Amino acid sequence: MNVQSRVKSQWAAWGFLAPIAVYLVAFYAYPLYRNVDLSLREYTVRSFVMGDAPFIGAENYRAVLADPTFVPALTHTLAFTALSLLFQFTVGLALALFFNQHFRLSHTLRALFLVPWLLPLIVSASTWSWMLNSESGIVNTALGIVGVGQVNWLTSPEWSLVSVTIANIWIGIPFNLVVLYSGLQTIPDHIHEAAALDGAGGWQHFWHVTLPLLRPVSAITLLLGLVYTLKVFDIIWIMTRGGPVDSSTTLAIWSYRLGFGNPLPQFGPGAAVGNLLIIMALFFGLIYIRVQRRQQA
Amino acid sequence: MTAKRTWWKTLIGLIVTAVMLFPVYWMVNVSFTRPENMRKQPPGLFPLDGTLDGYRAVLDQQLPYLATSLVVGLGTVALTLVIAAPAGYALAKLQPKGGAALSFLLLIAQMIPAIIMAMGYYAALLNLGMLNTLPGLIVADTTIAVPFGVLIYTAFMSGIPNELLQAAIADGAGRLRTFVSVVLPISRNATVTVALFTFLWAWSDFIFASTLDSGGALRPITLGIYHYIGNNNQEWNAVMATAVVASIPATALLIIAQRFVAAGVTAGAVKD
Repeated sequence: MNVQSRVKSQWAAWGFLAPIAVYLVAFYAYPLYRNVDLSLREYTVRSFVMGDAPFIGAENYRAVLADPTFVPALTHTLAFTALSLLFQFTVGLALALFFNQHFRLSHTLRALFLVPWLLPLIVSASTWSWMLNSESGIVNTALGIVGVGQVNWLTSPEWSLVSVTIANIWIGIPFNLVVLYSGLQTIPDHIHEAAALDGAGGWQHFWHVTLPLLRPVSAITLLLGLVYTLKVFDIIWIMTRGGPVDSSTTLAIWSYRLGFGNPLPQFGPGAAVGNLLIIMALFFGLIYIRVQRRQQA
Repeated sequence: MTAKRTWWKTLIGLIVTAVMLFPVYWMVNVSFTRPENMRKQPPGLFPLDGTLDGYRAVLDQQLPYLATSLVVGLGTVALTLVIAAPAGYALAKLQPKGGAALSFLLLIAQMIPAIIMAMGYYAALLNLGMLNTLPGLIVADTTIAVPFGVLIYTAFMSGIPNELLQAAIADGAGRLRTFVSVVLPISRNATVTVALFTFLWAWSDFIFASTLDSGGALRPITLGIYHYIGNNNQEWNAVMATAVVASIPATALLIIAQRFVAAGVTAGAVKD
């Protein structure tokens, strides 16, 4: 290609990219800029409309970090994320191994497992709310049969975080199952056959053959899961609204409540909490991108 | 393997699937339960003495919400496709300078929590006077889907043979013409995948709806359910009936387009 046609083809390429470039600036970068701007000003409802909120620098961030809700919200976010990932991944992996054995109906049943993941979150969250209802929920009925007394899943501070974590694990299992299953599919049959010839038993085979070969896919699954779990909002808000008394409040919930959950919105601190959450998500997001790049190289 | 040796695996598979899908069954069961039986102990495991009152309530009260969700879903799909398809073509086939940086930005964009976008959108739409309008909500909803759409299109279009595109250009077609009459028709599967997921996410969206469209005359079905839960805590059959109806698109998607679903999930699917 000569210089002229190369220049021309660059123009053509960016012609096709123009919509997404404009889109990213107008519909991603600008709202994000507004969010940063919100976090650096002292907003009230009036100044929000008038647009003359005074600039106060890092004051909102300082207030948020010193707020008595900050440490619990951070702790809950980490506990919620860690427990969700641990169970989603182990259950997802066990199911992927199971479904990889190809029995009658295995294909259909695996497809059915996708249902929880595809349902609108508000549907799953309200169903779980009713199932975990203290007096009339089926979960307490079932526990009653085995002799466990009434558990106040959603209304007691000890259990609320556990409850929303259980619902979130349920929603996340299908994603882990599907991605890990596709990872298992890429392990060539002859490797399994060779290991079987060497006399490796079930557990040995899993620990020394399958799991190491699955490590790249596992890393991707866990990191993606981490980025997505950090920002979970719908399930918790619908089931408990972060309560009772902050006992299931995560950073995402806190941010929303500051900005939208009060009669008197505190947009500045709300945006500040949100930006702290972005930093966490991007930190792990960049690790994810690095891992993925290295695998492709 | 013979059927004899694997029947017990099928049995275990059935049991595990039944446990996993129990909440879905329970939603359907409760949607048919009479209000007076709702707090019965133990709860009825089957809707033997069922009622359709819940569904009647949906027909009476929720149709406008469902229609709004349909419009929002279709609008989100249209906007997402228009932006993502050309971008995928350029990234896959035209080697733009700065293409790698753009892909990187899209990956980052996928990771931004929706609650943060919601706050920024709230501020921006308030100034534009577009809070509680459908275009505002549709644009916000596309932010869930556009990076995913570009990803799918790029991956798919990379697989189109270059000879095919060169043949079109040799026949005198410009790049735009090649894109419209060669690339797009071949990429039908990618379009279906992107459209299905985008529709589903827009249909399921709660966070943008509750922040950007909570006061409007036209509100989506997720808010319909949400207000139901808030207002009449007693009529759980109506709540669950609405939930069942709101699940129809997801179920239809799974039945009609299963192969697209699995492809979409494994392509590094995103979901809030």
